[in-house]
Amino acid sequence: MLNRIKRSFSGAESFRELGLLVFILILSVVIQIRNPAFLTASNISTLLTHASILSILAVGMMMVLLTQGIDLSIGSTIALSGMVSALTVAANPWVHPAAAILIGVGVGIAVGLVNGILVSRFNVLPIIATLGMMNVVRGLTYVVSGGRWVSAYQMPREFLRIATGRVFGINNLIIITIIIYVIFYYFINHTMTGRRIYAVGSNPEAADVSGIPKKRIICLVYVLMGALAGLAGVLWVARYASAQGDTATGYELQVIAAVVLGGVSLTGGSGKVSGIILGALLFGILSNALPLIGVSPFWQQMIQGIVILSAVIINVMVKRRNEYMALKRREI
Amino acid sequence: MAEKQILLDKSRNWKEFFFQWEWLLVIIFLLIHVVNSFLSPYYLNLNTFIRTPQSFLDKAFIVLPMTFVIIMGNIDVSVGSTVALSSVVMATAYNAGLPMPLALILCLAVGSACGLFNGVIMAKFPELSAAIITIATMTMYRGIAYVILENRAAGGFPEWYSFFGWGSVGRVPFMVIAFAVCAVLFGLLLHRTSFGRCVYGMGHNKRACLYSGVKTGKIIIIVSLLTGLMAGITAVFLTSRMGSTRPNVALGYELQVIAMVVLGGVSTSGGKGKIFGPLLAVFIIGFLSYGLGLVNISAQVLLIIIGALLITSVMVLNIRFDRSNKQMMPSSSGKKRASNK
Repeated sequence: MLNRIKRSFSGAESFRELGLLVFILILSVVIQIRNPAFLTASNISTLLTHASILSILAVGMMMVLLTQGIDLSIGSTIALSGMVSALTVAANPWVHPAAAILIGVGVGIAVGLVNGILVSRFNVLPIIATLGMMNVVRGLTYVVSGGRWVSAYQMPREFLRIATGRVFGINNLIIITIIIYVIFYYFINHTMTGRRIYAVGSNPEAADVSGIPKKRIICLVYVLMGALAGLAGVLWVARYASAQGDTATGYELQVIAAVVLGGVSLTGGSGKVSGIILGALLFGILSNALPLIGVSPFWQQMIQGIVILSAVIINVMVKRRNEYMALKRREI
Repeated sequence: MAEKQILLDKSRNWKEFFFQWEWLLVIIFLLIHVVNSFLSPYYLNLNTFIRTPQSFLDKAFIVLPMTFVIIMGNIDVSVGSTVALSSVVMATAYNAGLPMPLALILCLAVGSACGLFNGVIMAKFPELSAAIITIATMTMYRGIAYVILENRAAGGFPEWYSFFGWGSVGRVPFMVIAFAVCAVLFGLLLHRTSFGRCVYGMGHNKRACLYSGVKTGKIIIIVSLLTGLMAGITAVFLTSRMGSTRPNVALGYELQVIAMVVLGGVSTSGGKGKIFGPLLAVFIIGFLSYGLGLVNISAQVLLIIIGALLITSVMVLNIRFDRSNKQMMPSSSGKKRASNK
């Protein structure tokens, strides 16, 4: 029995998740002691709503990182898809919210497809291709909007209800996030294509030799990321009730940080859905709870940076220690 | 066999000379001037070439060390935040009563300290990718800037400080002179010293470098320190040009700088590129935005153009390298390469 527990904890992967979980629990307890309003149903709901858009993007980013790629264009994609859908519903208030979401997702897919083709067919390095697309798409956002904002009063109430509405007392955003996670959990872990993403990421040559359509998988990953970013764009605009040209500038780096914190390696091939849930949750707690315990909003960014840095460093140190212990055990 | 090898090398030499990426950049550079002078009758005079660069050279100071960083196969996204932090610290210290010359030194020191911190962590934890370390420190440095200055602006610098951003020696702006000196120093460091060769070596194969006795950690720390120092210098010039500072200055500089370096033909997978390419790229993007500004094309369209330029240039680069590789490869290893792809 003891042996089994030991074995299940010795793997670096599960250790990282456990460490993250313990960290989140300690953080929650500390915050709860400082401010008893933290672990109430209404605040938890606010927290999860806040973390939901980040979580949705985290799934897509995880798949991209799994294939040794990276996507820096998602902040711009969010802005463009949000702007296009907001302009559409502002001009045609009769458009159904579901159609608005579809328009946003369509925009995202288009951007993702360009990224995917550049990376998989033209062998442009992912960081360059998406950096270029980041500029192009951000510029398009300004061109489409003519530099203007779309504000709350221009949007029909049904559209805003995408993010503010509730089903069974639970915010729509949380429900959408849960649905996405269920779908992608199944897709990544239990379908052939999902497992092929891991295969392509951990060893591209071997994947190619064993007949996996490498290029198509890589392209698919960027398209999925684009689609999720498009969805997130519509949700973003509906939630904050305003579409601006500079929406979500620099958000891509926050998403990457959350995903890496959740144990996805930037060198590809390793990472789990359960890990990124924890990573996104930690970010949600940090941004929700710091104001609750009276931390000035100006301190938040610094604390976030320190948490990311210490989390990755502690993780490396634990891993080193594990490897050292494993070596020790082999000695007679 | 050996003879053939030498022949191959020779033919490759002159080909390499003419098919260099930098030539394409030179052509683009000239093309931009031709187009610009058609667009506006006021464009083509000496003043344009001497005085315009000071409007876009501030971030060019970071392009120089960033070239080193990317040749090494690393990346540093914390430079924009470093600029903000050192600028904010300088302004706050001056307003708190520190004499301006000391405040300037403090600015450079803060920049160097930020770079050093990045470098030490990178050297101590080589398992971590530079991207995640600098994403974290990017958030941290910008956060510290916000803690210091909250949402206020700080300024009120002495009169002579504006010389850095606006003044000139004779007809040549001071900023252009300073940049030229830095560019020459960095060029010599990269192409004429053993330190520069080590930087290239680390871009090709870090482990081989370590085993052949190169102190890789030390080189990483020095390059990071230089990056921080140049970010500090950028902060000096940027603040001087703007006359005041806020915690959100230099937002997004990191990606602009990286884009310039990559456009200059430096490969992000490491080991390839020269200092000349990024220098040309700085002026290409600078004059492009200046020319488009003359005919009243908005900055947003410029974003699209720069993005498209970046992507197409890298695509052209790829196609060119693929073709030259195919010609170079003997048949047996050509097969191996095909299976690799």
